[in-house]
Amino acid sequence: MSEQPVISLLGSSALLFEAPGALALAPQQHLWSLALQVAQWPEIDEAVPGMNNLMLTFRTPPRDLAGLRERLLQAWQQSTPLALEGRIIELPVVYGGEHGPHLQDVVEHTGLDIDTIAHLHSEPLYPVYALGSHPGYCYLGGMDGRLATPRRQVPVLNIGAGAVSIGGVQTGVSASAGPSGWNTIGRTEMAFFDPQQNPPAILRPGDQIRFRIERIIR
Amino acid sequence: MIEIISATALATVQDAGRSGSLGYGVGTSGAMDHLALAIGNLLLGNPEGAAAIEIPLFPFEVRFVQDCAFAVTGAAGEATLDGQPLLPFWVLQAREGQVLSVGYPTSGSRVYLCLAGGVDVPPVLGSRSTQLRGEFGGFEGRALQQGDRLAAARPGLSEGPVDFGVISPSQALALHCDGVPAMRVLPAAEYECFVEDSRNAFWADDWKITGQSNRYGYRLEGTPILPSAPMEIRSHGIVPGVIQVPHGGQPIIQMRDAQPSGGYPKFGTVIEADLWRLGQAPVGSKVRFIQCSYPEALDALDDNRRYLEQVARLIDLHRMAPRQGH
Repeated sequence: MSEQPVISLLGSSALLFEAPGALALAPQQHLWSLALQVAQWPEIDEAVPGMNNLMLTFRTPPRDLAGLRERLLQAWQQSTPLALEGRIIELPVVYGGEHGPHLQDVVEHTGLDIDTIAHLHSEPLYPVYALGSHPGYCYLGGMDGRLATPRRQVPVLNIGAGAVSIGGVQTGVSASAGPSGWNTIGRTEMAFFDPQQNPPAILRPGDQIRFRIERIIR
Repeated sequence: MIEIISATALATVQDAGRSGSLGYGVGTSGAMDHLALAIGNLLLGNPEGAAAIEIPLFPFEVRFVQDCAFAVTGAAGEATLDGQPLLPFWVLQAREGQVLSVGYPTSGSRVYLCLAGGVDVPPVLGSRSTQLRGEFGGFEGRALQQGDRLAAARPGLSEGPVDFGVISPSQALALHCDGVPAMRVLPAAEYECFVEDSRNAFWADDWKITGQSNRYGYRLEGTPILPSAPMEIRSHGIVPGVIQVPHGGQPIIQMRDAQPSGGYPKFGTVIEADLWRLGQAPVGSKVRFIQCSYPEALDALDDNRRYLEQVARLIDLHRMAPRQGH
């Protein structure tokens, strides 16, 4: 950990801690561990892992921000990785067609054909790095870098539940219908969230997802 | 108990918001104007964060199915109880069968109807706010419809004082820049990654709140904000108030129903203390942004708190005064 993390403010309600280096599982394991520890601090409401970063929301915004930064950097330096090992979930995906409206944009950006994109996308076992975006949504690590496609110029106002999409170097599955800035390449079926259950989210960090090609619509 | 008469869309049950579930991907929801919610509740002797009905479209009409004290706060406009005009930020006793009508606001954009004891819906994940995306919380996880019946937690004749009002937050905490409503903004992580001209223009120009603005976010229109180089950011937690700049350069301010994470570059964050101002800024209106520091953002929170304490003291005076009527 030679490079320093970056700490920035999200107004007066939260701060963002970003781990240095390339997107990878190892720093994520350090962040999972850091999140557990920091969530116990009195001024912190929630410690929310993201993709190689951690958001801390304030119960009471501290006047002494410098002191908090110092403690946070120290806790990061001393953190040991937490290797969460969860379940493996297989999700059948229909790539392209009506439910993959932006597959062509990924073809154009990456220069790959539809079959190659589907195969590269369904190859890895994706660890759930974090939950976010909307109830039950999982951010996944481990996408093949060749599939990376920038988020859309203008977010779409509504995309359905089960949308399998790519945003930058990341991929994921929409847990419910809503707006999205990502490129939707296919669709799967899975219920990710039930507010009556405890915990309400079906998947958690450390679980792993594999996409299986159900069909490719060219 | 009240019954929704008008078929207006998008009115929802909201409280102070849902905390503790960000890690499940559940955003906070909650009132767009926290101060109006707090004052309506204080007027009724409720906890500040009790659930109320947030009304963004007008006219809106409800019938009181039973006696119930209520307060109307937020945007100022034409409100009547059985035809009798009602001042904004006012608490009143409604009798069974009376009809409350809330007309188009003359200033502001969201009205709060608070009921004695708060709107009685079951809390889900620690809050009564409606989670529209997740379809839970509030009233059956959805916006209110004609014919819906909502209960107050403390119906009947009020034991506290009624028929008085307080000074509104927009009067007590007015903030303008060159005559345009203003909000204070704290620069965020990627602020320096935008070109200098764009940064200067952001603070100097008026920004129009476009028609594509709602509880999820406000899409602004103005001189595009351009990055020095394209950025792709890893997804991370965000809070209401964060100003994201998609590749098109037109900023989007995340509001109370915003997703709790995102990855568009962040220009800044409208400070928590000023989010209520944005919640009351109508579609089509113009706003300005004032750069502020973290200590100033905390001072602004203290100012809001002092105003609420003043209101609470005034209400206590009414409570101690000899009662008339009944």
